[in-house]
Amino acid sequence: MDDVTSNFDLVLSAFWLTIQLALISGLASLVLGTLLAAMRVGPVAVLRRAAGVYVNVVRNTPLLIVFLFVFIAIPNVGYLTDTPFLLKGVIALTFYTSAFVCEALRAGINSVPLGQAEAARAIGLTFGQNMTNVVLPQAFRAVVPPLASVLIALTKNTSVAAAFGLLEATARMRGFTNNNADDRLLIFATFALGYIIVVELISLGAFGLERRWKAAR
Amino acid sequence: MARVRRMTVQQDREINAATGQPLVVLEKVNKHFGALHVLQDIDLSIKRGEVVVVIGPSGSGKSTLCRAINRLETIDDGSITLDGQPLPAEGKALANLRAEVGMVFQSFNLFAHKTILENVTLGPIKVRGVKKADADKRAMELLERVGIAHQAQKYPAQLSGGQQQRVAIARALAMDPKVMLFDEPTSALDPEMIKEVLDVMVELAEQGMTMVVVTHEMGFARTAAHRVVFMADGAIAEENTPHEFFTNPRTARAQDFLGKILKH
Repeated sequence: MDDVTSNFDLVLSAFWLTIQLALISGLASLVLGTLLAAMRVGPVAVLRRAAGVYVNVVRNTPLLIVFLFVFIAIPNVGYLTDTPFLLKGVIALTFYTSAFVCEALRAGINSVPLGQAEAARAIGLTFGQNMTNVVLPQAFRAVVPPLASVLIALTKNTSVAAAFGLLEATARMRGFTNNNADDRLLIFATFALGYIIVVELISLGAFGLERRWKAAR
Repeated sequence: MARVRRMTVQQDREINAATGQPLVVLEKVNKHFGALHVLQDIDLSIKRGEVVVVIGPSGSGKSTLCRAINRLETIDDGSITLDGQPLPAEGKALANLRAEVGMVFQSFNLFAHKTILENVTLGPIKVRGVKKADADKRAMELLERVGIAHQAQKYPAQLSGGQQQRVAIARALAMDPKVMLFDEPTSALDPEMIKEVLDVMVELAEQGMTMVVVTHEMGFARTAAHRVVFMADGAIAEENTPHEFFTNPRTARAQDFLGKILKH
C-alpha cells in the first residue's frame, strides 16, 4: 500500500485521464446522440432509417469490439494511424455511447405530448426550430435520470481503454497490483472509491438539474 | 381608436367582398383514416372577415376539417388554397404558410417549459425575426387584450384552463394571422371559464378576424357566426346563416342533432 500512497500523484493523473475520456466522450455523445435522435423522429425517411441502423448496429456490438475496430482494424486499412490514443479512445467511446444517448432521448421525445409539437408547427416553426425550442428542451427534462445512467456507464466503460495503451485508472491499478500482490484488496478498494467519487459527481449534477428544472415549469 | 380600426376593417371587408376573393378555399377534399372516410368531397369557401362555425356530432370530421386547413392533417385528394396559394407539401414553405394561420387547440398546448410571455414571443422571434424587445412589447399588448398581462412571468401550469386558452389565442394573434382556426376551444373548460374565452373570441370576430370555429357552443354560433356549417359522417350536410339554421334546419340529420342538444 505504501507504493500507492507514495505514488499518489500517479493515481490522480490516471483518474484525470479517466475523467478526460469520460468528459470529452460524454459531451460528444450528447451532441451526436441528440442529432441521431432528431434524425430518428425527423421527416426525412432516409435519415430516419440511417439513424435506426446506426443505433441497432452499434448498440448490439460489445464495446471491446468497437475498441478493436478503432485501435486495430481501422488503422490496418490505413486510417486513424497517426491519431493520438486519447482521441481514438474518445472516438470508440463516443461511437458506442451516442447510440444509448439517442435511445434515452427518443424516449424523452416520445414523452412530450404531441400537442406541443403541433402547436409549434402551427405558429410556423420549422422542424429544426421545433426540436431545439420546444421538443428537445422538454425531452431533456424528462430523461435526466436515464441519461445520467448512460453517462455513468460511459465513465465505467472508459476502463476498457486500459487494454489499449491508455494509462487511465484501471490500467494504473493493474500496474500497482502487479508490483504489490499482497495489497491487492486495498488497491482495488482505493481505485473503486475513485470511480465512485467520479460517478457520484455525475449523479449530483443530474440531481441538481432535475431540481432546477422541476421548479421551472 | 378601436372604433376607427373597426371601421377600416369594415371597409376592408366590403372591398374584399366586392372583389369576391375568398381567403380559404377547399375543393373536393377527401381523407381516409384507414377504412373510415372522414372527409368526403368537402367544398368550402371562406371569405375575408367571415366567421364560420362548424358544428356536428362527434366523429363527423369537423376537427379533421379544421386541422386540414393548416395541414396538421394531410388530405388524400382535392385542394386547399389559402389566399390563392395551394398548401405546400412540406418544409419551409409549409412553415411559412402555417405562420399565416393561427390555431387554437382544445387542449391549449401552451409550451410547458416556457413562461406565458415566452409562449407568445417565440413565434415572432423565431419565425418573423422580430427583436426580443419589440416582441415582448407586442406580446404584453396582446396579453393585456386577453386579460392575462399580470401573469406574464408565470408558467402555463400555474394558470387556469380559461386563462391558458386566452394565452393560446394571444400566441396565435402574435403572428398576425390571416385566419384563425379554433378546434373546440372551450370543450376542455369548466362552464364558468367558457365565457371568458368566448368573450375574447366574440371580440375578435367583431374586429373582423376571419375565423373557422369548431365548437359545441351554440350561443357563440348564434351571436358571432356569419355562417354555420353542419357536418355529419364526414360530409357537409347543411350550411346556412345561424338564424336560418337554428330556427329552420332543412336536413333530417340537422333536425335530429339540434333536437338532441337543445333539449337540455
